[in-house]
Amino acid sequence: MGETIIKIQNLIRSYQMGSTTLNALNNVTLDFTTGEFTGLIGPSGSGKTTLLNIIGSLDLPTSGSAEVLGRKIETLSPKQAAVLRNFEIGFIFQTFNLLPVYTIYENIEFPLLLQPQLKTPQRREMVRQALEWVGLADRAGSMPKQLSGGQCQRVAIARAIVKKPRLVLADEPTANLDAQNSANIMEIMLKLNRELNTTFIFSTHDEKVIKHLRRKIKLADGQVVSDESI
Amino acid sequence: MPLFKLALRNLLGGGLRTWLNAFILSVSFVIIIGCQGLYKGMARQMEHLAVGSYYGGGQYWQANYDPFDTLTLDDAHGRLPDALQKMSAAGQAVPVLKRQATLYAQNRVLNITLNGIKQEQTIIDIPTARLRDTGHAIPAIIGDAMAKSAGLQQGDTAVLRWRNAHGTFDANEIYIAAIMNTQVGVIDQGQVWIALDVMQKITVLPDEATLVITAQGSAPPRGADAGNWVFRNQDFLLTDERNMMTSEYIEGGIMYAVFLFLAMLGIFDTQILAIYHRIKEMGTMLALGITKNDLIWIFTLEGALHSLLAAGLAFIYGTPLLIWFDRIGFSMADMDQFGLALGDTIYPVFTPGIIIGTAILIFALTAFVSYLPCRRIAKLNPTDALRGKIA
Repeated sequence: MGETIIKIQNLIRSYQMGSTTLNALNNVTLDFTTGEFTGLIGPSGSGKTTLLNIIGSLDLPTSGSAEVLGRKIETLSPKQAAVLRNFEIGFIFQTFNLLPVYTIYENIEFPLLLQPQLKTPQRREMVRQALEWVGLADRAGSMPKQLSGGQCQRVAIARAIVKKPRLVLADEPTANLDAQNSANIMEIMLKLNRELNTTFIFSTHDEKVIKHLRRKIKLADGQVVSDESI
Repeated sequence: MPLFKLALRNLLGGGLRTWLNAFILSVSFVIIIGCQGLYKGMARQMEHLAVGSYYGGGQYWQANYDPFDTLTLDDAHGRLPDALQKMSAAGQAVPVLKRQATLYAQNRVLNITLNGIKQEQTIIDIPTARLRDTGHAIPAIIGDAMAKSAGLQQGDTAVLRWRNAHGTFDANEIYIAAIMNTQVGVIDQGQVWIALDVMQKITVLPDEATLVITAQGSAPPRGADAGNWVFRNQDFLLTDERNMMTSEYIEGGIMYAVFLFLAMLGIFDTQILAIYHRIKEMGTMLALGITKNDLIWIFTLEGALHSLLAAGLAFIYGTPLLIWFDRIGFSMADMDQFGLALGDTIYPVFTPGIIIGTAILIFALTAFVSYLPCRRIAKLNPTDALRGKIA
């Protein structure tokens, strides 16, 4: 059993929709430990992405508590939240979200540029290693528009893990990919999880992802309906 | 964090749109520098002509002299104090005696100011050597604008009528010994120049003058040395010319303000588009650990850097253009009709102050215009931004 890195207690996230209040997350309590390969599973609107956003300090809970890597998300200043995201958390998005005017190398280097202590040679070496992990060392100079969807997602993975974060949050990472590319992506992430002991939390309803998960948390209407570990 | 580097990458990644904005801004750059240089050249040329033709190194005015009051002109005369006489004798100053007079020329009657000036003077650019007496009439010099309004040509004669110091009217014939080509209205329009000794004789004002023009660089006598003659320095004498140039500057300013406005509009538009079209990119950057303040900086810098690209472009095509403009000058024929003492061609003057000042102005304006739309970023919700929505 690894160290607990995320503690979520009685988490509620509600949105005001006109005169009605919508609870995207309703009294969620969960713990995550180091090295997990976990999925938040559920249909659209079940609260998967909202939970990932709160864990990733991109959103704040309405009530309850979310402690991530020793920091209480609800008490973080915007700057502290930015530092947490920059140093400790990697994000992978469904639509890749690569920066279109940057090369592949520059996209991967971007989070490292926000860490002033890293010098150019160090950054270069880290980017090179990340490109090798995802098998795109020969495409460093390409632009995102020159790559296929699968390759773009591999770049997004490289960008997420280049700074060797303790936690990677992947929001529907295979939703825009075909079966072969999805399998490749999952293989890469499993390898990184094994070799770097990085914690991966997915939000997904894709069976191709679900079959690789070691822990499956089912959400429905903002509540945890089951939590199974294999 | 290398915000500058990131902003520059984003800017250059904008491709054609970036270069179009930069080009339009560079045109404003060149036009503003060109206009400023032209005005600077115009002001310098105007002052140079006015100083060389009439103001000299400053003037001593007899206490009653008021150039804007022709009614008191006939009372504005006096004997030169010793110090001014010495300066005149040493060729460091030239006295001028002024009287109201009437000229009858080519069936026209013109009220004029009759000016007596030493024939041998070299202090101002009036060809007074041509005032040599040939015996049959009073030799006179007029400017080309005066010649045009009086219908006179060189060698023509006209009748001059004046009142002497005793109030007696007298008249004589003058002949036009020379027509001077000048753009300085104050020595031309309504002015007739004759020799000082002749003037003093016909007005019965021996050794008297209305004003004394000093040579440039001569040391004028101070205080009591000049008696009740008041010294008017170049700054005082050039006040009207400078005021006129200020109004010209303002008119020119309106023109390049329009150019700048158009260029700024392009940048503002680009920034607004960037905020709305690149919202997902901003969300991604926030997720990667950038702060909103840094994001505002990046996007503001990105807009402001247009001015650096524009400066580069302006340097590439503007430098040869302005050098050429500087060499051939700018044709300003007939500008003297608008009251500006200028040559036919104005040569612009480009000083480092003009170039640096223009660059600072454009950079500051571009930065400000770039910043305005970026304020929205502060209100950005990262989760909305990641979905491409702006709150």
